[in-house]
Amino acid sequence: MSEQDPRPAAAPAAAAPRHAPMQRQHYPQPLLPMNMRNWTMVWYRNFMVWKKLAIPSMIGNLADPMIYLFGLGLGLGLLVGQVNGVPYIAFLAAGTTASSVMMSASFESMYSAFSRMHVQRTWEAIMHAPLTLGDVVLGEIMWAASKAVLSGLAIMLVAGALGYARLPGALLALPVIVLAGIAFASLAMIVTALAPSYDFFMFYQTLVMTPMLLLSGVFFPLEQLPAGAQAATQVLPLAHAVALIRPIMLGRPIDNLALHLIVLGAYAAVALVVALMLLRRRLLR
Amino acid sequence: MADIAPVAHLTLVPALTAILELRNVSKQYGETVVVDDLSLSVQRGQCFGLLGPNGAGKTTTLRLLLGLTTPASGTLTLCGEPIPERAPQARMRVGVVPQFDNLDPDFTVVENLRIFGRYFGLERAEIERRVPALLEFARLESRAGAQVRDLSGGMRRRLTVARALINDPDLLVMDEPTTGLDPQARHLIWERLKSLLASGKTILLTTHFMEEAERLCNYLCVIDSGRKIAEGKPHELIDSQIGCDVVEVYGDNLDPLRGELHPLATRTEMSGETLFCYVKEPAPLLAALHGRTGVRYLHRPANLEDVFLKLTGREMRD
Repeated sequence: MSEQDPRPAAAPAAAAPRHAPMQRQHYPQPLLPMNMRNWTMVWYRNFMVWKKLAIPSMIGNLADPMIYLFGLGLGLGLLVGQVNGVPYIAFLAAGTTASSVMMSASFESMYSAFSRMHVQRTWEAIMHAPLTLGDVVLGEIMWAASKAVLSGLAIMLVAGALGYARLPGALLALPVIVLAGIAFASLAMIVTALAPSYDFFMFYQTLVMTPMLLLSGVFFPLEQLPAGAQAATQVLPLAHAVALIRPIMLGRPIDNLALHLIVLGAYAAVALVVALMLLRRRLLR
Repeated sequence: MADIAPVAHLTLVPALTAILELRNVSKQYGETVVVDDLSLSVQRGQCFGLLGPNGAGKTTTLRLLLGLTTPASGTLTLCGEPIPERAPQARMRVGVVPQFDNLDPDFTVVENLRIFGRYFGLERAEIERRVPALLEFARLESRAGAQVRDLSGGMRRRLTVARALINDPDLLVMDEPTTGLDPQARHLIWERLKSLLASGKTILLTTHFMEEAERLCNYLCVIDSGRKIAEGKPHELIDSQIGCDVVEVYGDNLDPLRGELHPLATRTEMSGETLFCYVKEPAPLLAALHGRTGVRYLHRPANLEDVFLKLTGREMRD
């Protein structure tokens, strides 16, 4: 195309040793939450958006667990009668409280966070301000946990008002619900970090959440399972959440309190770190 | 459009100090070198244009300097802070206008400004104090309560610029600020950016619009394949790279004509249906063209587009 028009060879700065052996230097990139204030701004952003549609959003979040609670609790309760010495619906109310925490936290951490990360580029905008990826991820997880607490609390209060849980004693389960919310939000954030599109979340729902829902003692006592299966359910975080929330709501002593708390805490901590590492690879490479 | 003089803002520039410095920065993804031993420095008060074809490494360079990715080698300093180690602290003093719109679609115009102020840790009262001036700057006073999705492309871009100013930054980093805008919207953005430069802000922008670079920038750096291939003030680049007038000849079957005109020009070049003749003394060549049928021609001074195309070639990029 061109005649006397050679592309210039190297830059004027070619004097510098351009192909000097390029050793990879180490550049510490700020990744962790900067302080205890930054992440609250991300939480606050989500809260301000949620506030606009709070009522429909709450109805949407609560419809599903309430249908399980009353549909199964009343319908199946007629056949089942008493479980572990309480009416089936009271047994189920405690399980549904725990499972709604898992559902709320997971869905917020997957679909909603993915929208903000990938579709709307909201995270990108936030990271143009002086926030780190750690601030954003912690803010999102705490927000998802907050929504989970709201659902768990709502079911607990409905159950309490109908006499299926002991109030105000059941409120002692709140710290457990917060911890479980953080654990499930962090686990789902790992899925979000790996998701190419919304379709990907279906795998987690069908392969992880649904089996966990059925095998964690939400709908029936785990003692019904064969011994080997019972032992296997002990890896499921929901089983530990149920094991803590149910006795508190029914006003009974808790077995292995420390063990359950440690398992939930470990899930929360490890999943948060793994999610952060995967998100760094995805967003900051 | 041929006789636009490069804009000179230099009278406004105080003592020259670097607000941004890249030294021998490289970045690679796998085997692909995206930024290759790049060194540049942006002085306070400058409007620095980073030019290059698509895929030249402009956006990666911006991500590097904001600490959003780590280099393989080299050193970066932004607002006196080492990058990426203290990138969040540096970003306190920087405003960013990204190439792809990332306004918050869940918020109105004014809420977008407010929430961004919160990200910078500004107090509510301070944010409320700054917002009216920013709405006025963006010419969006009457749209404060509008949903972002209802704004036109030009309004959205103006809002993005206003949002980037919420922290009263020293440096504004803009990735292709007018790509995708119609000419009216583009002119309004240029006018707003000039007012920022006049008020002493520093701007680093990437663009592949040479008209934008000529109008706004007082220093340019051309990169291609991640490497710096030229830099300087716009008129210096034109003088050093082209240094003469250009006669563009349009028509069919220009090859024979090219042979005829070649001795009269310093250099000739074909691109599609156009023959470019670079001439120090245009008179003989114009005389040779005068009165010919089947060709049209245009005589003009050299401009940045000539420089850009000379440096990066006329082949299509993608």
